[in-house]
Amino acid sequence: MAGMESLSFTFDGGRALAPFAPTLVGVVASGNLEVLVEHAAGTGCRIDIDTSARGFGGIWEAVLRDFHARHRAAGLSVAIHDMGATPAVVSLRLDQAMAAVRGATP
Amino acid sequence: MTALAEPSWTRQRDDRAARLARAAALPGVRGKAVDADAVVALLEALLQPGDRVCQEGDNQKQADFLARALTQVAPARVHDLHMVQSVLSLPEHLDVFELGIASRLDFSFSGPQAARLAQLLGAGKLRIGAIHTYLELFGRYFVDLTPKVSLIAAQMADRQGNLYTGPNTEDTPAIVEATAFKSGLVVAQVDRVVDKLPRVDIPSDWVDFVVQAPEPAFIEPLFTRDPAQISEIQVLMAMMAIKGIYAEYGVQSLNHGIGFDTAAIELLLPTYGERLGLKGRICRHWALNPHPALIPAIEAGWVESVHSFGSELGMEEYVRARPDVFFTGPDGSLRSNRAFCQAAGHYACDLFIGSTLQMDMQGNSSTATLGRISGFGGAPNMGADARGRRHASAAWLKAGRESREGVPGVRGTPRGQKLVVQMVETFREHMQPAFVETLDAWKLAEQAGLDLPPIMIYGDDVTHVLTEEGIANLLLCRNDEEREHAIRGVAGFTPAGQKRDRAMVERLRARGVIRRPADLGIDPRDATRNLLAARTMRDLVRASGGLYQPPRRFRNW
Repeated sequence: MAGMESLSFTFDGGRALAPFAPTLVGVVASGNLEVLVEHAAGTGCRIDIDTSARGFGGIWEAVLRDFHARHRAAGLSVAIHDMGATPAVVSLRLDQAMAAVRGATP
Repeated sequence: MTALAEPSWTRQRDDRAARLARAAALPGVRGKAVDADAVVALLEALLQPGDRVCQEGDNQKQADFLARALTQVAPARVHDLHMVQSVLSLPEHLDVFELGIASRLDFSFSGPQAARLAQLLGAGKLRIGAIHTYLELFGRYFVDLTPKVSLIAAQMADRQGNLYTGPNTEDTPAIVEATAFKSGLVVAQVDRVVDKLPRVDIPSDWVDFVVQAPEPAFIEPLFTRDPAQISEIQVLMAMMAIKGIYAEYGVQSLNHGIGFDTAAIELLLPTYGERLGLKGRICRHWALNPHPALIPAIEAGWVESVHSFGSELGMEEYVRARPDVFFTGPDGSLRSNRAFCQAAGHYACDLFIGSTLQMDMQGNSSTATLGRISGFGGAPNMGADARGRRHASAAWLKAGRESREGVPGVRGTPRGQKLVVQMVETFREHMQPAFVETLDAWKLAEQAGLDLPPIMIYGDDVTHVLTEEGIANLLLCRNDEEREHAIRGVAGFTPAGQKRDRAMVERLRARGVIRRPADLGIDPRDATRNLLAARTMRDLVRASGGLYQPPRRFRNW
């Protein structure tokens, strides 16, 4: 899409998750984002982002590194469609998605 | 040899009598009654160069007709006035400086006029004495800033000049008391003149002139927050406030700021608070304007009392129907009083929670930004430990214990402490970081030649910093380094937050100085708008049984 920026990050380490059904949280709307989490083979955590806000790669990396450190999850692939959400909203959506994947309260 | 003149002890009273005599000779002035078109002449007769003048510019109610009249006096006759007023809200409040009618200003808050005030100051159109808190300015009305002439606003007057200020009494009693009892002159604009008032708020012998304004006094609905605009992050932060602070300390009496963050807390009490079994254990007594967002909690039986600084448009009938909760007169309508409510908020509340635009790494916070001289109104009094407080409560004692545990000497003397919570998202709109290394206030102080940087709430008064990342309990910090990293540890992905010492932050977390949502047992999946007791303005109207009547601009159905 015109004006969008694509970013991609891979994190290693953590515990591989048992297979789970694809999980979607959030909506594509101004100041919001959609997060799709799917099971993936291997021991990595791959995150692909399409965002309408260009030039925040450094903050995305910090937000996602923190997310990975918090959940220590491997064997998953995350797709994010972002419409200018703040880091607070991104972290909340990711935590909501992981809570749904694990199907338990933290 | 000339005899020494007899000393006079009644010069102020004699001066008042002379001014009254000048006014009495004017056409359109009959006793206390003044025709609307005679008001400019009246002001020219009453005012003298250099007079200290108080215009009733409140947080909400504005003596707008008199403010306009003051801009029309001839500057050749009336000039160099010293304006002493709590709020600069209308353009006319600054026009008098531009026109050369006034030249000095002492005030508290200038929200909507903050940028123009900075420009006029830069252009040398006025000198600012000081920027005060409300209580501080009211205090000076009785010491060294007593008004010679006050221009006030009321809803109604009777034929004798008694005034009914109605729900928006606000600053009127403090202004009139200071003026009338020090040989000053009080001019009131009223919406209507009636034979019998619903109640007397200001007795007639404290009022010199009454004019019926062509239009009712302007009142701004400042405290209405549409629940439709509350975000999930605000819901998450409200959950943390309730579970991690209100429940933890057993907060019984409190004051809320005016933002969406605190509206979210009000709307979570009957849902999340109820689920946690907190009803009757927290949030029973409030120093607060009649916030529409508090309706669901009131209806659910959470709230025992609310005393108010001012009123809120649309809440009149609801308040009238709930006199067990609100302070009301024999006529049934709300009686607000800014001075008393500020005193109540300062001395009688266990907790203040509000927001800010910037916070530094010492915890100092300010809403002052470059090019704007806004002042802080009541926030510094609400958001400060009341050093004169002596009555104990569980919340106050616990906060005091936490900050003094193991501290030797005089600083360890047992006493309580007020909970002062700053609730901020780490990024504001347009990705502006709320956490900064240096407040804009320092540069503003330099630009405007202020004695001190305009800090709203000092870091050493802040007890908790609450962001979407967690709560930093500054009471438990034992040195400046711990305090700094407790703040960085909840400052999220702002540059200041990313400069945290991660090992120290984890140590602070282990000690409970920093608590994340997960540490509080908060499930992020609960942080949705479904948790709000009202999600729209219409829900608030419904919760009030149709008694709340929002102003038109908030009606979107």
